[in-house]
Amino acid sequence: MNSVMADLSHAWPEVYILTMACVLLVVDLYLTERFRFVSYLLAQVTLLGAAMLTLGQMGGEGTAFTGAFVHDAMSDILKLFIYLVSAMVFLYARDYLKARNLLKGEFYMLGLFGVLGMMLLASAHSLLMLYLGLELMSLSMYALVAFNRDSPVASEAAMKYFVLGAIASGMLLYGMSLIYGATGSLDVATVAQAVTDEGVKGQVIRFGVVFLLVGLAFKLGAAPFHMWLPDVYQGAPTAVTLYLSAAPKIAAFAMFIRLLVDGLSGLVADWQQMLAVMAVLSLAIGNVVAIAQTNIKRMLAYSTISHAGFLLLGVLAGTPDGYAAAMFYTLTYAIMAAAGFGMITVLSRAGFEAEEIDDFKGLNSRSPWMAGMMALIMFSMAGVPPTVGFFAKLGVLEAVLAVDMVWLALAAVFFSIIGAYYYIRVVKVMYFDEAADESPLEAAVDTRIVVSANALAVLYLGLFPGTLMAICNAALGA
Amino acid sequence: MSFERILFYLFAAILVFAALRVISSRNPVHSALFLVLAFFTSSALWILLEAEFLAITLVLVYVGAVMVLFLFVVMMLDINFAPLREGFTRYLPLGAVVALVIVAEIVLVLLRGFDTLSGGAPAPKPADYSNTRAIGEVLYTDYLLPFEIASVILLVAIIAAIALTLRKRPGTRHQDPGKQVQVRKSDRLRIVEMKAEPRAGRAES
Repeated sequence: MNSVMADLSHAWPEVYILTMACVLLVVDLYLTERFRFVSYLLAQVTLLGAAMLTLGQMGGEGTAFTGAFVHDAMSDILKLFIYLVSAMVFLYARDYLKARNLLKGEFYMLGLFGVLGMMLLASAHSLLMLYLGLELMSLSMYALVAFNRDSPVASEAAMKYFVLGAIASGMLLYGMSLIYGATGSLDVATVAQAVTDEGVKGQVIRFGVVFLLVGLAFKLGAAPFHMWLPDVYQGAPTAVTLYLSAAPKIAAFAMFIRLLVDGLSGLVADWQQMLAVMAVLSLAIGNVVAIAQTNIKRMLAYSTISHAGFLLLGVLAGTPDGYAAAMFYTLTYAIMAAAGFGMITVLSRAGFEAEEIDDFKGLNSRSPWMAGMMALIMFSMAGVPPTVGFFAKLGVLEAVLAVDMVWLALAAVFFSIIGAYYYIRVVKVMYFDEAADESPLEAAVDTRIVVSANALAVLYLGLFPGTLMAICNAALGA
Repeated sequence: MSFERILFYLFAAILVFAALRVISSRNPVHSALFLVLAFFTSSALWILLEAEFLAITLVLVYVGAVMVLFLFVVMMLDINFAPLREGFTRYLPLGAVVALVIVAEIVLVLLRGFDTLSGGAPAPKPADYSNTRAIGEVLYTDYLLPFEIASVILLVAIIAAIALTLRKRPGTRHQDPGKQVQVRKSDRLRIVEMKAEPRAGRAES
């Protein structure tokens, strides 16, 4: 009994989120439509409480549940950002869902279970837990994409996502089983030990790594495993796209670190090459194809692919500096993505989806403040100083240059410059085009405040990136 | 070649054949039955690996429960599978080429050696060794967290299935048994006072 309590002492935030999600499940049954906002409040309280618990645990370290669960500085930071981004997502989603009669407790329940899956990924220290955390997160996301049952596009997107996700899970499992066969253990620490101790005699483990990377790249949305991403981002309700685009990227980053760095760092020369190919392809496809998009959700989906390429660049550097840069990139990207899609929900209203880039036409004349915020987000995604996107890209490029992969850094810069075009096109449309509809924005006051704070955070982090960078360095021992 | 190895190749061959037939047979019922065969042979392989408990669970759960349900569904829903197969032959050459390339690559990689790091077969267990007991001993102790999370995944599956299917569509009709029981005669029957119809022939007098 004592040992279980000792194990649980590292996992209080997870226990709390699970309990609260179950409470929400029951409470929501007894709520009438008028009081549905209680579900929303409960979800926010849950995230706030989990953040307090995680903050209370900061500084502690250790493994629990016979090594399956690890609690360290990285897991704490990632979890805090997962709560923060999810809380923003829940807020932006509220009015959007309400206007479409989709505001149901299930959105927040599935959202919380997805958050639980992401937290487990951040803390997973065995192949089994990585898989289970991933499935928990993915299953919640599949259901959320299909959430609006009256929309055939959403159902189609969910179907695509589900089938391709199942194939990717199969790939990942196959890779894990090969690694288990080669090393005789599911525990990440033991696998790492086996790889470094005995050297890599066989091809089996490399063979397994290929399948692992395919599965991971699919979940992250890196090319050439990105096919699902534009369709799912476009088809899902914007509130769900918002959810998909932000916090799960943090979890995907955690997966890369736990598997490749904690587990397979002895094979860095092998996965480095594969990641390099995927990174360049992601940058190329993401930035070039995005130019042709007229739908802003689809455009941001391609932008996600290109950002995934940057994240991979940081990881493939194979140095603590590189990992820290990738972590900084991921965290700031999650904030930018939440703000970007949040802005789309702010512009949408009952019976109107602000999905096309043309819907942003003349935003400056409708709401100069919101137009300014959107411009800030777009500049940050493009990587224009002094926004945080610039520093995130700079950090990753520095890490890549530090290990003498100049051609990779050049490719990244080249494609980023191409990418700047389509971000800045949105800014041009907002400021220099005539508005097609002049109706004022309808977003609630708290949503406006948080979206503004979110966008200003992008500027603030760009002006003062030191603290977050230091946190990332500390978390990854750089 | 030992007897065990012969058995392994026999079962493996049947398994691959059955798996191929699952995706190639025209009749969905046949596909489901071949899947049953595939489960049976893979459970035989597990017995060769001395995992008796898991082998029997596989047969009980997958063959006994899941596949029977699956057969029910296939037989009850009269799905016409022909349209689903459209384009199969058109994409077959490309798919076959890709598959062949992948198989060739896998063979090339594995021919260079498939040795494991901490390899070797595990030592055989004594005759009175109980698989069931061994699983029971670790399932709620060492594997407590994965076990709990697996149950959470099932819970999410339940929530998702209900959230996606239980909805009020326009046009569906629901019964309310409470209302039906409480119905009174006066709610349904109305006695209308009417003048007696005048007999034909005597009218307009």
